[in-house]
Amino acid sequence: MGEVVEASTADFVAQCYELYQLPPLGSLVKTRDQEVELYGVVCNATTAGLEPGRRPIARGRDEATEEAVYQSSPQLMKLLRSEFSVLVAAHRQEGKLYHYLPPKPARIHSFVYQCPPAEVKELSQSLDFLTVLLNARLPVSPEELIAACLRHMGQAQEDRRAFLVAAGKELAVLLGDEPNRLRAVLGRIKP
Amino acid sequence: MTQEDNRLGIVVSGSLSKGIEVRLDGAASVEDVVVGRYVTMEGQRRRFFGMITDVGLGVTDQRLALNPPDVSDPFVAQVLAGTSTYGIFHVTPYLTIGGDVASLLEGPQPVKTVPSHFSAVNLASDQDIELVFGKEDSERFWIGNPLDMETKICLNLEELVKRSNGIFGKSGTGKTFLTRILLCGMLQKSKAVNLVFDMHNEYGWAGTREGGPPVKALKQLFQSKVAIFTLDEANSRRRGVSTDFVVRIGYDEIEPEDMALLRQTLNLTELAIGAVYELHRKFGRDWLQAALDLKDSDETGALLEELKIHESTFQNLKRGLANIRRLPFIEPHAPDDVVNRILDHLDRGINVVLEFGRYRDVTAYVLVANMLTRRIYAQYQARTEKADADGSAKPQPLVITIEEAHKFLNSEVAGQTTFGMIAREMRKYNVTLLVIDQRPSGIDEEVMSQLGTKITCLLDNERDIDSVLAGVSGRSELKAVLAKLSSRQQALIFGHAVPMPVAFQPREYGSAASYSEFSGSALEAGKQAEKDIEELWGDSGAS
Repeated sequence: MGEVVEASTADFVAQCYELYQLPPLGSLVKTRDQEVELYGVVCNATTAGLEPGRRPIARGRDEATEEAVYQSSPQLMKLLRSEFSVLVAAHRQEGKLYHYLPPKPARIHSFVYQCPPAEVKELSQSLDFLTVLLNARLPVSPEELIAACLRHMGQAQEDRRAFLVAAGKELAVLLGDEPNRLRAVLGRIKP
Repeated sequence: MTQEDNRLGIVVSGSLSKGIEVRLDGAASVEDVVVGRYVTMEGQRRRFFGMITDVGLGVTDQRLALNPPDVSDPFVAQVLAGTSTYGIFHVTPYLTIGGDVASLLEGPQPVKTVPSHFSAVNLASDQDIELVFGKEDSERFWIGNPLDMETKICLNLEELVKRSNGIFGKSGTGKTFLTRILLCGMLQKSKAVNLVFDMHNEYGWAGTREGGPPVKALKQLFQSKVAIFTLDEANSRRRGVSTDFVVRIGYDEIEPEDMALLRQTLNLTELAIGAVYELHRKFGRDWLQAALDLKDSDETGALLEELKIHESTFQNLKRGLANIRRLPFIEPHAPDDVVNRILDHLDRGINVVLEFGRYRDVTAYVLVANMLTRRIYAQYQARTEKADADGSAKPQPLVITIEEAHKFLNSEVAGQTTFGMIAREMRKYNVTLLVIDQRPSGIDEEVMSQLGTKITCLLDNERDIDSVLAGVSGRSELKAVLAKLSSRQQALIFGHAVPMPVAFQPREYGSAASYSEFSGSALEAGKQAEKDIEELWGDSGAS
């Protein structure tokens, strides 16, 4: 679905091959650095012009629909790009899953894939990634991100409610001294 | 029940002196945790037994308490339970058992340390309770079940009767039933004989039950082992009780010590008691008759002058003595020596219940109980000393049951009465007390501290609770348990005969099945059946 264009130890940025073909917020994606598979949570996404200094201009005044804007200016599809940031939460080495950061960041131009439900389920067996998400500095509030991620993971579970309760309990421990943040997350993941 | 179902929580803090704080796990509800329940704590090298003595609620952050979350949403409620909001309870550790073979054989020992951090805490299983209290056997007697449990709590009665014991509780909480159960146990399992001063006619033939037909008492259950003595033959006959002996007491059997004990009930002054001793010195055993015979004459005046008794003191004393003379069972000369009769029965291993019939007033009870006990005790003392000297057999251990014990054992008179003496000297002479009272605060502190095992039903007066629990380790915790007992059929036992305090529900008393269990006939019937089978097969084998 995309390719890594910027990478650091804790996160990487990938660009989508197709404009607007972004993975949903909080979904799980994976990439590969030779032998090591990296798993991450989509934590932010942007669509902007190719050149950083150049902002797109409004073109719809004489068009009937939004679609028509793109049809009359086909170059737009090439001048714009969709990118998403991923927080690295786990990695797999020699077939074994580790719920912490990999030894090296992802390589530029590594392909990025959406995780299939089976892998989502496997990843959600440990809730350690919640700590990573809570402590990340992001444009999106961590509560929103965690809630989105848990909703996403919940869909892969057989017993969705039990999973959400277990995750909620973990959060209650992590956010023991911040009841308001806890309340914000719980309000967003209610089954 | 599996181990998992029993799991309550983990140890989070505590100390040996103040008890252990346990945090409830998510799965267990705080509403299922009740004071008085037993728990085991699985330390690293040993197991601990303790009792829940307090239950509380905690939150990780005070803001949560100030702004309560919306718990009408089951999801939120489920998430918060056990995490941000949790139950805590307080456990007082009592016993410990080591993990190695030697300590397993040794059995539970008093606790000297605490379990390490985060040890798992489980509800005690039936096996755990059995490990602590033992099984019902030839020495152990089943008195009841721990609250909310099926296990039997067994008392070692041989141990129990070696010391004086007390049963306390407000009126109507089941003291009498408990006493009856305990007496049955002694008759069934121990070698001790009982002498019961039965103020309300509850223990001999039949006892009353609130809202039900009367229940059978000792004589009906243990026909051959119980004799009923009565002070009021007419009353006993009216109640359909077959009595073995009618008690009459002669004037000459009353001694100054008895009068001292009756000072308050007869409204006598200190000086009047002094006068009694003077009269006794002058007239000897017949002092009471002599005092009653004194007329208002010059001779009497001279006599009083000689004995240094003031006229008003003498009048006070006379009024008191007239009260005693009015008691119908008191006669100038008793036809038979009641003490010898009682001792006779006791020596043959027959338990004696002395019914008071209509004479339920305190004067009669105190007078008779104290007088008889003093003389029986003196006999026991003499016999034990003789046995010690020439190595002959000691008299059978005797347990004397008294009701309204504060009349005999209050701090004012405990120093003088035989009961006080027995309570303090304990088993030296093979005589112990079973004290029954509803106002334990009225009993002398020294006596209370000497009681071996105490069983107490609900008490709500602060002073009574304090006096019952005086000198017990972890009393503030036990206090919480005691105050929360149900007003009927629940009791707390602690002291010498039990390895740790336990709140329990006394076993059933009053149904046909319970009677046969108590009287042991079920047991005998079983043995008879076994014997029959043996004979049958033995015969058929021979033919």
